Amino acid sequence: MSDIPLLDASGVAKNFGAVKALTDAKLTLSKGQVIALMGANGAGKSTFVKILTGALKPTAGRVLIRGQEARVGSPAEAQRSGLVPVYQEPSLIPDLNVADNLTLGNTPVQAFRNWVEELGIESLKLTDMISDLPLATLRILDLARALAAQPDVLLLDEMTAALPTDLVDNVLKTVRKQADAGMGVIYISHRFTEISDLCDNATVLRDGCTVGELPIEPGVEDRAVELMLGAKLALGKRHTGVALRSEGTPQLAARGLASAPKLSDVSFDLFAGEVLGVVALEGQGQDELFDLLAGITPPTGGTLSVDSTVASFNHPSDAIARGITYVPGNRTDALLLQRSVRENIALPFAARVGDWGPLNRSMERDRVNYAIEKLQIDTRAQDEVQRLSGGNQQKVTIARWIAKGVKTLLLFDPTRGIDVRTKRQIYPLVRELAEQGAAVLMYTSELEEIPLACDRCMVIFNGRVVDMIDAKDADEQTLMRAAYGLTEVA
Amino acid sequence: MSIAPDDRPDPFRERFGRYLADNPMIPLIVFLILLVTGLEVMRPGIVTPFRADRDGLLSMFWIGNLLKFAIPLAMLAACQVLTMLTAGIDLSVGIIATVAAFVCATLSGTLGVAPAVLVALSCGIIIGLVNGFGVGIVRVHPLIMTLGTGLIATGALQVYQRFVINVGTEIPAFLGWLGTGRTAGMPNGLYVFIPFALLVFWIMRFTGFGRLLFAMGSNENAARLSGVRGWQVYLALYALSGFIASMAGLLYLGMIRQPSLSLANPLLLPSVAAAVIGGTSIFGGRGSYAGAIIGALILRVLDTMLTLLQMPEGARTALFGVIILAVTAIYVRITGSR
Amino acid sequence: MTQMKKHAWVISLAVLLAVLLALTKIIQPGFGASGIESLARAALPFGFATSGMAVVIIAGGIDLSVASMMAVCAVTTAVLMERIAGVPAVIIVLLAGVAMGAINGLLIVLTKVPDIVVTLAMLFVWEGVALLILSSPGGSTADWLQGTIRGSLIFFWLPKAFLIIAMVLALLWWPLQRTKLGLSIYAIGSDELAAFRSGISIGPTKVAAYAICGLFCAFGGLSLAALTGIGEPVPGPYLMASIAAVVLGGVVLGGGKGGLLGPLLAVFVLRIIRTLLTLMAVDPNVTTIVEGVIMVGVVMLGTALTLKGTRK
Repeated sequence: MSDIPLLDASGVAKNFGAVKALTDAKLTLSKGQVIALMGANGAGKSTFVKILTGALKPTAGRVLIRGQEARVGSPAEAQRSGLVPVYQEPSLIPDLNVADNLTLGNTPVQAFRNWVEELGIESLKLTDMISDLPLATLRILDLARALAAQPDVLLLDEMTAALPTDLVDNVLKTVRKQADAGMGVIYISHRFTEISDLCDNATVLRDGCTVGELPIEPGVEDRAVELMLGAKLALGKRHTGVALRSEGTPQLAARGLASAPKLSDVSFDLFAGEVLGVVALEGQGQDELFDLLAGITPPTGGTLSVDSTVASFNHPSDAIARGITYVPGNRTDALLLQRSVRENIALPFAARVGDWGPLNRSMERDRVNYAIEKLQIDTRAQDEVQRLSGGNQQKVTIARWIAKGVKTLLLFDPTRGIDVRTKRQIYPLVRELAEQGAAVLMYTSELEEIPLACDRCMVIFNGRVVDMIDAKDADEQTLMRAAYGLTEVA
Repeated sequence: MSIAPDDRPDPFRERFGRYLADNPMIPLIVFLILLVTGLEVMRPGIVTPFRADRDGLLSMFWIGNLLKFAIPLAMLAACQVLTMLTAGIDLSVGIIATVAAFVCATLSGTLGVAPAVLVALSCGIIIGLVNGFGVGIVRVHPLIMTLGTGLIATGALQVYQRFVINVGTEIPAFLGWLGTGRTAGMPNGLYVFIPFALLVFWIMRFTGFGRLLFAMGSNENAARLSGVRGWQVYLALYALSGFIASMAGLLYLGMIRQPSLSLANPLLLPSVAAAVIGGTSIFGGRGSYAGAIIGALILRVLDTMLTLLQMPEGARTALFGVIILAVTAIYVRITGSR
Repeated sequence: MTQMKKHAWVISLAVLLAVLLALTKIIQPGFGASGIESLARAALPFGFATSGMAVVIIAGGIDLSVASMMAVCAVTTAVLMERIAGVPAVIIVLLAGVAMGAINGLLIVLTKVPDIVVTLAMLFVWEGVALLILSSPGGSTADWLQGTIRGSLIFFWLPKAFLIIAMVLALLWWPLQRTKLGLSIYAIGSDELAAFRSGISIGPTKVAAYAICGLFCAFGGLSLAALTGIGEPVPGPYLMASIAAVVLGGVVLGGGKGGLLGPLLAVFVLRIIRTLLTLMAVDPNVTTIVEGVIMVGVVMLGTALTLKGTRK
């Protein structure tokens, strides 16, 4: 085995304006090695991958491929230097057939066909239209295309997420064989079983930094989970868990909610005065659940009741009319970046036709100022929102509904990418809202928040509720294991 | 890979861009003054008569003339500003104005002035509602939708004209007075325009509807999440635009005193240019009617200059296109936004 | 299976065309070869404008300046043919079309301003250029050029005009579709991110698409000049007509799907409808309204269908 590593990334940092997505990421890959790249949501994995594959330029740091510093400014160049990725989303052109896609990507046809067969897809015709093929097949085609390019380093991002078990086995076998022949592999996945099967080592990212490199051996899951979570920051007083108000009619009752394909069957009750947390890994159906509840997309199955009456939403304004308000996870979805803080907060006031007339400026000023004060937004009402820091922007999205009045509040990852100080301000606020009688459903990727803010916590995996944990039992280890579907026999 | 710095506009350009974006009026007014000065240099005495050995510091005649022709343009520019706020546009305003003028002229004799005016205004509203339906409910791109309804309206006007070919046309005296008369040295149209402009300001800054226009153009999804039903806004917006355009047509009729099948069409592209020059972003979320008014004035002065330079029509048309493109491109560059 | 669907649209258009032709024959028994010939001749500029527009829309963009570019090419033809020989003049005009289209594409890529805005501005710029070349209708076109599109060939009823556009498409577009460039054009219209990841250079591909559109507009301008015998600087109604024909022809406004045959058939369908209305002694101005309504209706339908497709 050669001494020069295939891939050597060190000190990689990336800033997006004021936001530091990566501070010190590193990864070393030797010939024939399969390394798992792990990290919790928001740890910086996808940013790191984009830098490795040439889609983004790093702010600092070095990436050497086979000992050479190559100028990589585009996916095409990265490929020429020997690193071939298979992204999470299919990279094939939907409106063309397989043959045309191969032509476009300069993929050798015979090699491709051999790989497709080896991976277990029979009866593929070159004239098949990409948009007609099932997702699982497309993922295999992506992999076959990558392998046909004979890469030195293969990067697989959530390769098996949409695959049935038999294809998963084929993929793992094939990748292992290639690694044994000298190919280096970076493997990104949430599935510990696969990682144990396939990988030699794991590199763990947390908060934009590589915090550990572990060999894969029995018991690695717990070590990895520990590394991904990191030391507990003193984030404030732990919520002592008020007596659960599980009597009486729930403010929100969900039965068998589904939103194909990611959400299959979610049922829960949400009571006034409580904060119900939601924990899940990326893409387990939580986005779809919140979209359902907020009235953004209609469910494909199940029922939703608000105050014991069945509710059916065609539009967010229907949900808002029933008192359900939504703070989305992506700030840019909810904010009018070019407009002022006041306009952003006061937006719901003008929503209905009846409110299109002259603005009630004094009422608006009072409510906006109230919300700004309550959330301690560090700005003046007339500033443009796009100039605010991420934390303040997030506060503005919440402030909107504080000003309007909260009955049932849906929060999706409210503290993602926010500085610690702001987080400390948000948790007690959420509790206070609950104490004032609101019902709060909060999805968070920051597991330490759950005991600080929630009364109970619901864990979703694979589109279903797999666990319902009381706050006092909800420590990070338990939650993380549940989120990974590891709630089988301990 | 080598260490490559991020692509960011340098800080000075960023701040300068922000300043310009916040105060679009300042460079505009400066530009207008420069143009007027240029005009004066080209034809001494046109603006400041004393330089041509005539009486007066500032030519009231020239100012009055400038305002008179700028007013219908500024009114159509209002349609563009309002629709552009939502990242839309209204390319049917030229024909709506023409239709309103023609209908009013041909009906005044038979129906009387007031009913004729009402019918004319209703035409504008109806066409606007069709636009609003296409944009808000079917989600056709506003540019294509308004282009299409403009074509249909053109055809309809031609048909209508065949029907009324024997009916005489009558320009209501009131409109004539508005269009050509002067009071206190200023064109009478100005006394209608000022309240109109104030109304547009008020709608934009002080009503919920105005807020929604900015919101929809800034982030339609965010508006939706806050409970805004987009189709309602679009319907109302384009109907309003049609209404304003028909009013502009009536005023223009009073000025030109001759109904024709293409009366206001030449005002269409300058109305877009005026809005864009005035700092309204064609991508939505940002706009200023005051700027568009200055933009209309700038275009009128430019037009005079080009005529004095004896520039052929082709050069003028091409120049308009270049201006729109240049302003938008510079805006994108400086503010780093789209 | 989608191959069938794709062809089904074009096939139904062809059937519709045949039905309309039959209808015309029924209403006007005298309608024969000469009728078809003049129909094809009148449709020629529309056909070229539509082809250019189709290419750009397939690439995921739009070009609002097609009518103005055609006007520039028409007046250039008329002015050149007064002074120099025919074939070099034709070549110059074709090059001018490519240049104009390439300029449109370059501006879009370099300024990062959306294609609708750039081509809206260029609509005025090219219109101005046309007026500068020829301030009022005039000039003259070579007789041989006019003769090219007049009359029928081979079969009694196959008009030369139709042959010309069929040949241009067959020689220019058909081979291009199979090359990497042609596939790239479809790719960037279908999914720009996937195209980028497949190694396609988005910028140059876009410029190429707009340049091809410019080339088709040059053909359109030539056919205009051949039709009228002179050059007219004022752009004709080709913008809206081409968008409607493109949508009617099965090309999705979002890009990535469709071909050039469907829109061409759609052009003939729309022209026949106009002929039918005229034969039925409908007021020609009403015809304009009907056409306009059909166009708006078609675009509305096309957009609604696109939305339904993406919502799935």
